[in-house]
Amino acid sequence: MPVPATAPRRRRRSRGGDTPIGVALLWLGPALLLILGVVVFPAYELVKAAFSRYSITGLRLGDAGTTNFKNVLDHPDLITVLTNTVIWVVVVVALTVLVSLALAQFLAKDFFGRKVVRWAIIVPWAASLVITAKLFTLIYDYYYGTLNMILQTLHITSGPIDFLGDDRWTMPSMIMVGIFVSVPFTAYVFVAGLNAIPGDVYEAAKIDGARPWQTYWRITLPLLRPALVVASVLNIIYVFNSFPIIYTLNDRNPGYLHDTTITFMYKLAFKSAEKDVGMSAAAGIFNVILILIVIAIYLRTLKWQEQED
Amino acid sequence: MATVTHTAPPPLVTRRKVGWARARRYVLPLVGLAVALAFLGPYIVMVLNSLRPSSDVVQTPPTFLPRTWQWSTFSQVLGDQRFLNWLKTSLLVATSSTIIVVLAAIPAAYFTARFRFPGRIAFLFLVLITQMFAPTSLVVGLYREFFELNLVNTYLALILTNSAFNLAFAIWILHGFFSSIPKEVEESAHLDGCGRFGTLIRIMLPLSLPGVVTAVIFTFIAAWNEYVVALTLMLDDAKKPLTVGITSYVTGYEQHWDQLFAASIIAIIPVVILFAFIEKHLVGGLTAGSIK
Repeated sequence: MPVPATAPRRRRRSRGGDTPIGVALLWLGPALLLILGVVVFPAYELVKAAFSRYSITGLRLGDAGTTNFKNVLDHPDLITVLTNTVIWVVVVVALTVLVSLALAQFLAKDFFGRKVVRWAIIVPWAASLVITAKLFTLIYDYYYGTLNMILQTLHITSGPIDFLGDDRWTMPSMIMVGIFVSVPFTAYVFVAGLNAIPGDVYEAAKIDGARPWQTYWRITLPLLRPALVVASVLNIIYVFNSFPIIYTLNDRNPGYLHDTTITFMYKLAFKSAEKDVGMSAAAGIFNVILILIVIAIYLRTLKWQEQED
Repeated sequence: MATVTHTAPPPLVTRRKVGWARARRYVLPLVGLAVALAFLGPYIVMVLNSLRPSSDVVQTPPTFLPRTWQWSTFSQVLGDQRFLNWLKTSLLVATSSTIIVVLAAIPAAYFTARFRFPGRIAFLFLVLITQMFAPTSLVVGLYREFFELNLVNTYLALILTNSAFNLAFAIWILHGFFSSIPKEVEESAHLDGCGRFGTLIRIMLPLSLPGVVTAVIFTFIAAWNEYVVALTLMLDDAKKPLTVGITSYVTGYEQHWDQLFAASIIAIIPVVILFAFIEKHLVGGLTAGSIK
């Protein structure tokens, strides 16, 4: 624990480097230990595992060189999995952003019951993803699913659709759930962005005779850019890392036909007949590299830098 | 001729505007209701299906409302020893992780908000990267680490993982609150003979209470909802948390939809209520390090 007595008592200047590093280590120690022990060390373990061979019970048998990576790249389902990942991330994030833009515009208005609507939107955000996914396995069910019941009652479809069993429907069905759970956070970010736009900007536009659509396109959207970038990139990372929805909704389908790189990696280590930890780790490295690239782009766009306060 | 000006119709635009102003009082709440239903709809299905026997859920043709109402599901679930075990794990893991996160994040956030030292930016950068990495992408590494430490199937493994991956959010939100408190407030406390640590406890923390509450609730919810690490590391059924445990109510072999949904509702309600409390500060913490 931090020891106050060792902290220098003189007045501090706000330039870098006048506090001894030992004191810093005392205050940051617990946090650093956690990050090093449970984030950095597993990353090292992941790299180590990617270059190792394992028995089916998880004992390390020895070096594997680059075999694991070769096996991932040669995997017959790799193209399918990569295509799925791109579709999953791009469609979910793009539609989430579009829906959230409209929703945020609506939520920024003042109307009776706005608080209730805001609370209602919280539910899919707060609920555990696996619970929501499990709920949708019933809603999507072929025989007794609520969605098929509604579609048939409204005469939109003549017969039931096998949302989770029919290969054409599985990915779109999962994407719908992905959007459903991503919109709340995104809309909230946009509402915060809209509230940060000063009202006199709109007044000036009104005086200049701008039409509502022009105002939105020329003023609101450009001023919303920081929120748009943040929401998009965070969503890309969340959606890419998303595990419970695909794992749960695609549960009954064998093989990797509807898997993304994340569930593919998981199944390789823990679900496949081989339980190949080494190969799964190699797939995991590819995932980590992809995420790092996205983060790098994110930081670049935002020109992330320490702000002096 | 003065009457003519009175009876002349107002310009089209104004009339349309007046009409809209009147209509929006009714239209906007109606749209709001539709939006609320769109997001709550699935959970309404959940509630309705927890109030009917599972045999009624899986009957064709399906009905929206229960054919037979069954009110005993909740008491049945709450009396189920398996459910109670899962609940205990979730409470234990979420509470312990929250305590660890708060204890580790407060000094780190305070120090980085108030002092300049070599490695400060590197530390904040490390925190930002941690926030971006979900445990999912490192799950194989986590599994290997805890396997080698012989900690698979222990609460400790889940507690440590949940603490580490939620630390970043807590540090960011507290960092923001601490930075916004003027230094003069602290300095006067200093002159009154308060040590660094005393100032933090007696002055800074009370002033940043909303930030502390947000960090506490957010960590608790994130740990409560965590799935993939628990799925991987907890193989003993009695030690699983709720998220992993309740999925075994409905598998290829047994289908207890009523119990699954009753258990889910018990797991969701506290989380939604807690979430509503911190709603105001959430966006700030989740996008911190990017927009300030």
